[in-house]
Amino acid sequence: MSTETTYNYKVVRQFTIMTVVWGIVGMLVGVLIAAQLIWPNLNFDIPWLTYSRLRPLHTNAVIFAFGGSALIGTSYYVVQRTCQTRLFGGGLAAFTFWGWMLVIVLAAVTLPLGLTSSKEYAELEWPVDLLITAVWVAYAIVFFGTIVKRKTKHIYVANWFYGAFILTIAVLHIVNSAEIPVSWTKSYSVYPGTIDAMVQWWYGHNAVGFFLTAGFLGMMYYFIPKQANRPVFSYRLSVVHFWALISTYMWAGPHHLHYTALPNWAQSVGMVFSLILLAPSWGGMINGIMTLSGAWHKLRTDPILKFLIVSLSFYGMSTFEGPMMSVKTVNALSHYTEWTIGHVHSGALGWVAMITIGSVYFLLPKLFGREQMYSVKLIDWHFWMSTIGVVLYVVALWVAGIMQGLMWRAVNADGTLTYSFVESLEAMYPFYFVRLIGGGLFFLGMLVMAYNMVKTISGAKAVNDPIPQAA
Amino acid sequence: MDINTLRGITTVLALIAFIAVVIWAFSKRRKSAFDEAANLPFADDEIDQKSQGVK
Repeated sequence: MSTETTYNYKVVRQFTIMTVVWGIVGMLVGVLIAAQLIWPNLNFDIPWLTYSRLRPLHTNAVIFAFGGSALIGTSYYVVQRTCQTRLFGGGLAAFTFWGWMLVIVLAAVTLPLGLTSSKEYAELEWPVDLLITAVWVAYAIVFFGTIVKRKTKHIYVANWFYGAFILTIAVLHIVNSAEIPVSWTKSYSVYPGTIDAMVQWWYGHNAVGFFLTAGFLGMMYYFIPKQANRPVFSYRLSVVHFWALISTYMWAGPHHLHYTALPNWAQSVGMVFSLILLAPSWGGMINGIMTLSGAWHKLRTDPILKFLIVSLSFYGMSTFEGPMMSVKTVNALSHYTEWTIGHVHSGALGWVAMITIGSVYFLLPKLFGREQMYSVKLIDWHFWMSTIGVVLYVVALWVAGIMQGLMWRAVNADGTLTYSFVESLEAMYPFYFVRLIGGGLFFLGMLVMAYNMVKTISGAKAVNDPIPQAA
Repeated sequence: MDINTLRGITTVLALIAFIAVVIWAFSKRRKSAFDEAANLPFADDEIDQKSQGVK
């Protein structure tokens, strides 16, 4: 069979398998640094294993290695299937896979070595930044090229979300990584002081809005209808959802800089846009969940659907929590505390990881010619481990963060601070421990998934579905 | 022009753009096109069934 008559599933298979692998690696580093917060000796006095170096490794691994592989892989699958055409660009898709893997390996080497531009979620130094740019441009060519040569009349809404994610990340990466190299391993940002901070958090929050939200909403709009076997609740709402979400997210970044040297009016703009964001976020969440309307019984028996729908519940919770935390008076309590970490993980584990896990369980059998995963029971086990894990993690850090904020602001009658910083740190131990258990449980769930994946793949033949031919 | 006038105009334009998108998305004229698009994930269902040997 000539290649143009089948879909390119090879690159999808590669990205899908690496999603699970990088998920395990990234979360393992997360569990280790969570343990280091309780037992600092766990860095074994080795500089490469210190918290300060492993923390950016953890965030890069889970966001860009795990999340990135999931996004690129699923977008390649969805764009082919909904455009009914093979990926554009021939070997370019393979280049995006190997290029992205090289970026991840370079990150895993340079970050523990302490090579960093010190911009959060953009720590990688300039040679890696250039490689990311090359891979991303190739990815954009493959994705949009496929849309251009589509056989279908319409561009399905999932592709709009994936497309916005690809375009915006390109712009964000190039603007925020503008830097002047002084050696092969060191560079300085071209922006000065407060402007640098604003560019950084314009990047940072849109990395949340477009990488961790729009891209995964693309996943949501394809895999939930497919798994529920019914079209999305309201396609019209999805169109409004798309335009409202992408035009609002762009302006929410300043809420990361409340009560800093950033001009007050800019902080207020960030806060107001963050509050407005609640509307499109919840519109999308309701649209996804209501897709099950009339078929709620499927939730009882289908663990993949459980993953997908519960991920939306966490999405709803964290997109309510986020706007609330962006209110200046709330932020005065929550900023710099563990509450922020709890909020991020309710989004990252509850929403991003769970929608990914559900989608991967949907994809794997299709890519390997199986009717379903090796064990549906193990998917159910994984679901409960993940859900209980996230809840433990998030609740522990809510309590920890609010307590921390209250201890920091407590003053005696004579105006002195009631608690020293170390006292507030000591109060964190029990909650750090619960967080470790929650995160550990989530990590163990990923191992269950890996076992299920290996069992599903072994002995199976890679399948490349034929492209439907126009009648 | 005063910068605040410009800010006011921008806000009004953004509101108009949003209302325009809503009117466009919910107009009767778009209904059949959106219904077609909504069913795109199922347009090639038969190949899933073939490759997985499901009868």
